[in-house]
Amino acid sequence: MHIFAKTAATAVALTLGAASASAEGKLVIYHWFEYIPQELLDKFTAETGIEVTMDTYDSNEAMLASLKAGGMGTYDVAVPGDYMVAIMIGEGMLDEVGDGELKNKGNIAPEWADPSFDPGWKHSIPYQWGSTSFMVDTAVYDGDIDTTDILFDPPAALSGKINMLDSQGEVLAMAALHLGIPQCSSDREQLKAMNDMLQNAKTHWASFNSDTAKEVLVSGDAAVGQIYDGFGAKARAERGSLKYAFPTQGYVAWMDNVVLLKDAPNRDSAIAFMDFLLMPENIAAVSNYARYGSGLSGVGEYLDPELASLPESNPPASAGPAVFIEVCDEATQAVYDQIWTNVKK
Amino acid sequence: MAGAAAAGGSVRSDTYASVRNWLLLPSWAGLAIFVLAPVAMMLVYSFLTKEFRGGVIWEFTLAAYDQFFFDRGLFGDEPAKIEWTYILIFWRSIWQAGLATLLALLIGFPTAYFIATRPAHTRTVWVFLITIPYWVNLLIRTVSMKFLLRDQGPLNDFLLWTGLIDDPVRIINTNAAVQIGLFYSYLPFMVLPIYASVERYNFALSEAAADLYADKWTTLRRIVIPSVRPGIVAGCILVFVPSLGAFLAPDLLGGARNFMIGSLIEEQFKGNAGNWPFGAAASMILLTLVLIILVFLARQQARAEREAAP
Amino acid sequence: MSARGDVRTYSGFRAMTLLCLVVLYSPLIIVTIYSFNASRSITVWEGLSLQWYADVFWGPESGKFKQAAVNSFSIALIAATMSTAIATSAATGIVRGGRFRLRTASLGLISLPLMVPEIVTAVATLIFFNFIGFTRGYLTILVAHIAFCIPFAYLPIQARMQGIEDTFEQAAQDLYATKAQAFRRVLLPMMMPGIIAGFLLAFIVSLDDFIITNFVKGAGVETLPTAIFGSVKQGIKPNIMAISTMLLVVSIAMVTISYVVSKKDSST
Repeated sequence: MHIFAKTAATAVALTLGAASASAEGKLVIYHWFEYIPQELLDKFTAETGIEVTMDTYDSNEAMLASLKAGGMGTYDVAVPGDYMVAIMIGEGMLDEVGDGELKNKGNIAPEWADPSFDPGWKHSIPYQWGSTSFMVDTAVYDGDIDTTDILFDPPAALSGKINMLDSQGEVLAMAALHLGIPQCSSDREQLKAMNDMLQNAKTHWASFNSDTAKEVLVSGDAAVGQIYDGFGAKARAERGSLKYAFPTQGYVAWMDNVVLLKDAPNRDSAIAFMDFLLMPENIAAVSNYARYGSGLSGVGEYLDPELASLPESNPPASAGPAVFIEVCDEATQAVYDQIWTNVKK
Repeated sequence: MAGAAAAGGSVRSDTYASVRNWLLLPSWAGLAIFVLAPVAMMLVYSFLTKEFRGGVIWEFTLAAYDQFFFDRGLFGDEPAKIEWTYILIFWRSIWQAGLATLLALLIGFPTAYFIATRPAHTRTVWVFLITIPYWVNLLIRTVSMKFLLRDQGPLNDFLLWTGLIDDPVRIINTNAAVQIGLFYSYLPFMVLPIYASVERYNFALSEAAADLYADKWTTLRRIVIPSVRPGIVAGCILVFVPSLGAFLAPDLLGGARNFMIGSLIEEQFKGNAGNWPFGAAASMILLTLVLIILVFLARQQARAEREAAP
Repeated sequence: MSARGDVRTYSGFRAMTLLCLVVLYSPLIIVTIYSFNASRSITVWEGLSLQWYADVFWGPESGKFKQAAVNSFSIALIAATMSTAIATSAATGIVRGGRFRLRTASLGLISLPLMVPEIVTAVATLIFFNFIGFTRGYLTILVAHIAFCIPFAYLPIQARMQGIEDTFEQAAQDLYATKAQAFRRVLLPMMMPGIIAGFLLAFIVSLDDFIITNFVKGAGVETLPTAIFGSVKQGIKPNIMAISTMLLVVSIAMVTISYVVSKKDSST
């Protein structure tokens, strides 16, 4: 059935001229929205002759769901966050990059040499890293914003004007920080408290949007919004009164990584693309566009000097710890799923 | 739709009776394989076990329906109570779709009546005007509506300019926005069947009523509306059913916050939840609900026709 | 006669009709106007410009939208052709097949996609393709579109066929035409307006579909609605308004064609 479908699809596509024929090969990327400049993809095509198609997603979980729903075998690379890389390895969804396949692997910065989510970078390469916190429109509220109370127990001025990311990982991790309990806690009292706290907090929330996280803040539809630091920097450029918060309770840190998917239809192109992104000048182009840090050494000279001084990537001394999202076991995850369902309903 | 297929007084012949089965085979095969079989498959999936992180395990269980109707607490070990969450989402969908249908009827009926009482040559132009928006991509219409309703959008600008309001009204991301969006999406569906009914209505009945000193609004209520009831029912179905499972209006206009059935189901397959059996079960429940409504209305219609016939 | 006019008209109904038209058209007109806006921001009007149309064809996203347009129109063309052929055949069987037991069942089966909410069809189709191991892509969209376009193509064809007396085909057969010849030379030309209407309806319905396509589309295969939706999720941009306006023009052109075709037919 598989082969029949593919042959037939190819035949149809060819007769229509829908498939852009290319001798050099293709690459199908599954990527976050607004996360790679088109010019960089064009440059990759110009250098290698590989034609790039890209689909986008707006949360790690949505990407996982779509790949599981018949998406495997159609994409070559995806860009999951740290904890999602670990999950995908566990699910057997990633292919292994052989030793020496990536010529530029040596460019990975020493501090990122051996990440816990993919020891030895066997399936992935670093893409960008940053933080997830929230922004507040200081024109609407001028009190202290460096506390998770803003999200979970907001002052009256901000109630009903809060946009949350539509992402279980990021929302529940912040909730755990707010309560000062460990992530993936299996303590019943703590979980109950978290559920109750979120039930109360959601009465203050206006919407769940990830892909419009910037838009709602810039347009003024929301006065508070959970957001990634670089996306926040872009939002501030369009609306100066927005300020990125570094809560004393802590905030979420993440690293997104380019992974090689199992059954990739164009594995060679995928390897070429990963090698391409391991070149400092190329990954610097991503950083300049998306306003996040890269995991390579030697990027300094290519970076927009303004990046170093972004308030969004320079936490003050008062900031709490930056924590990575943890992967829970199945039984615990079931409870977290239930809590998330309770939040969303 | 069923009305169109069973229009009376039409030609039926047996010219091609001998090759009938061959003529019907492509449609039977196509629809059986790509509509009936998938629905059957969905029914099967709704009884399967959810796989951790998406997908299914081939073990039969009632877990999906249990999750829909019963609440067993955060840890799944408390005595079962009725789970109101999903029933509430269904209720909200029915309520939203119902209000949208009512709104469409209130504006659609006078419009259809007005058009049907125009002289024949201008009538087609009116119908043409009403149909055009229906041909325009639903997504584009919803996006246009989103643009129109924004806090700093043209509608608020206009209202501020007229002095009717002093501050922009918050419409977008509210239930009202969803209702407006649904109403707007399917309004032509309400007008056209009512128009077809009114066009066939025998105005001698209205004249007879007038001769008997009935005032016009009584005539409308007692004579016209009962006579064109099939058109009204068809219009309401055509607005209500698609509104019930709508996805675009709640997602784009409602801020994806107040879940309707469509968003709930979508989330199980494309979003965070990744619970296929539950999504299949919710779809089955929606389908059953719609079929019950359709069968109920069809039977009522049939009874009304029997009673009308001498 | 004046008394009769009195009986028919109700005060306020004309106003309601005008209100109805305002509601139906104002969003479309406003988006059309703003698509010619010179400003980068969608809220501020800075004068007339065609820059967003240029952006659609030559801007950074042009490749994506061109590919999506090719997919959308090719899928709509094939799906409408296939479903119209299937529907024509089915209508002949049902309207010209005499009395038979499965008639009601056949009619029910054909109108099934109209009764099932779209989201349910989408879920069912996704599950089905997943179960039989079909990789999602161009073909899965096409197959799904052919199936749900059948009833839309069918209704106008059946309506037309019911209006044609069977004496024409019988006369042809009396003159020694085979059944096939009678169909091709006599019935088919007479059915043409219905077939064209059915084809156009199926074409538009396919072009319009978002929900089912969104569920069954595969890697990198976008149609115009899914591409627009992806873009709009991050906020409405002026280039989306330009695309919308162009699609609006295409839709209106198609209705006008079908209107003229049916008008011409009824006058002959």
